[in-house]
Amino acid sequence: MSFLVAENISLQFGGLKAVDQVNFAVEKGEIFTIIGPNGAGKTSIFNLISRLYNPTSGKLFFDGEEFTTAPPHRIAKMGIARTFQNIELFDNATTLSNLLVGRHCHATTNLLQEVLYLPAVRRAEFEHRHKVEQVIELLDLEPFRDKLISGLPYGVRKVIELARALCSEPKLMLLDEPSSGLNVEETDDMSFWIRDIRSELGITVLMVEHDMSLVSRVSDRVMALNYGRELTTGTPAEVQSHPEVVAAYLGT
Amino acid sequence: MRFIFKTDYDQDIRIFKHSGYWYSYSILLLVLAAMPFMVGTYLQSQLVFVFIYAIVGVSLLILVGFTGQASLGHAAFLAIGAYTSAWCQQHGVPFVVYFPLAGILTGVVGVMVGFPALRLQGIYLVIATISFGAIVEEILARWESVTNGNEGLKLRTLDIFGQTVPRDSPGFYFLCLGVLILVIIAALNLLRAPTGRSFVAVRDSETAAKSMGIDIAAAKVRSFGISAAITGLAGCLYAHKLSFISPEMFTLLLSIEFIIVIIIGGVFSLHGAVLGAIFIVMIDPFLTALKDDVPTLIGNLWAFFGADGPTAQHVQDRAASIASAPGLKGAIYGLIIVGFILFEPTGLYGRWLKIKLYFQTFPMYKAATFKRQKTYVKSERNR
Repeated sequence: MSFLVAENISLQFGGLKAVDQVNFAVEKGEIFTIIGPNGAGKTSIFNLISRLYNPTSGKLFFDGEEFTTAPPHRIAKMGIARTFQNIELFDNATTLSNLLVGRHCHATTNLLQEVLYLPAVRRAEFEHRHKVEQVIELLDLEPFRDKLISGLPYGVRKVIELARALCSEPKLMLLDEPSSGLNVEETDDMSFWIRDIRSELGITVLMVEHDMSLVSRVSDRVMALNYGRELTTGTPAEVQSHPEVVAAYLGT
Repeated sequence: MRFIFKTDYDQDIRIFKHSGYWYSYSILLLVLAAMPFMVGTYLQSQLVFVFIYAIVGVSLLILVGFTGQASLGHAAFLAIGAYTSAWCQQHGVPFVVYFPLAGILTGVVGVMVGFPALRLQGIYLVIATISFGAIVEEILARWESVTNGNEGLKLRTLDIFGQTVPRDSPGFYFLCLGVLILVIIAALNLLRAPTGRSFVAVRDSETAAKSMGIDIAAAKVRSFGISAAITGLAGCLYAHKLSFISPEMFTLLLSIEFIIVIIIGGVFSLHGAVLGAIFIVMIDPFLTALKDDVPTLIGNLWAFFGADGPTAQHVQDRAASIASAPGLKGAIYGLIIVGFILFEPTGLYGRWLKIKLYFQTFPMYKAATFKRQKTYVKSERNR
């Protein structure tokens, strides 16, 4: 079985079918992109995988295990981390504490130990911090370490969100429009980082993206959606020239 | 200005970030230790109230400031702690047992309040906690076999291992100070550990917190429990300080007073709890003094600027009647809160930080340093 499998998943809001009988399988070590016009159901699929929504029907498997009904906070522990389309950082905290929250799924200490701040807590903090520093170095975030998020520019926040997801040491990373709101240079950086994440850290990437140049630069396979239905899946070049995809974007 | 050269992860974990804090807090501790021997009983007793309010302030900061869950029911938690202590003392339980018990029992009640609160947010949570306070008040008045109803309960002098500690003694002062310090240290420990960060995460973005592996329900319930437990401890001290408790002491007004403590002190740091407590406890004698002195001052001023005797006297009497009008204190409280929310939302501690920065960067201070960009639109889709 593939790494991440979605079997006939549907999501219905009243009469609206946001996701309609979608099937896909992401292989380990792959960069898989979902494209589609606005409202096609891309982010809904992400929210289904991170269990913020309950699927109306269908099943989800990760690493051979079904997680269709797992509570949302179990997802990070399973090894799935995500970023959000409209940046969901903890605004009134520093970059460092944001990244440390990313380590939460690896927390080992209990409340009593923490209140007394026993040596075990300090040791665990050091370990978390060490991992966070590695991510900071990878994504060049050193200047922002002690800055509050609310004072940082959009582009930097985008990278911090990526960093926070990386801090949880995921096996699968869900990137929701990693390049939205970034300028050309920042998008270039982002594409290098996405490839680094895959090749150096061995993390599988599932991505939603609109910027087709970024999509064709980094993705191995692309799935096109429209009105919640799958149009086609294949290499970036195949999908871009597929007549239904062209019709969906340009109108017929 | 001090620039800290960081060479060790421990430097970010330490409670005192640099040696300067050691000096200033040691001096503060020395001053506080010398207080009971330098000031009169009245001021010492006011300081004890400052400590008790500060303990409640810390508990509220954990819940409201760091977890972002509103509560106007903390007077009820205080009452539960107070009544537990009074009841236990009457039944011969020693202080060393019922003091922690007051905390634990109130904590359990806090957890029970936390569960229904999971589904509520913002103003609805406020309403729910107000109702909780009303319910507790009613239970205290009606459950006469335990609480003695509206007649209230009397507490005997505090007794620790056969050593009596009268409520006006330096011993009681040091007990409250010690509890406050321990509570602050415990809260700081919590906030620099994963649990504290999960609280902040829940406050700032529940969606992101969920996908980072934080169990929102558990975090909120924990926060309620911890906050209630600390307030319960404060309740025990409060009961002993007053030596008499009755249901009408623990009304909504007291809960509002606690919220004022943190709004005026500043909701983003534990310093706020202490500063706010000083403000709320000390404003009372200050206002009383003002009430006595201001009319005379106005009368004298009037006379100084040439008014004849009877006119000046008339003005002075008018001023005195305004100053002693009922409800003036409440109005002044209200004005102060509105003023703080409008002009200094970060509270007294925020103002203190600004003053400190002004002197640290003396000729270079920029008023815009503390201005923040408007926050970007957040996704409300997953709520």
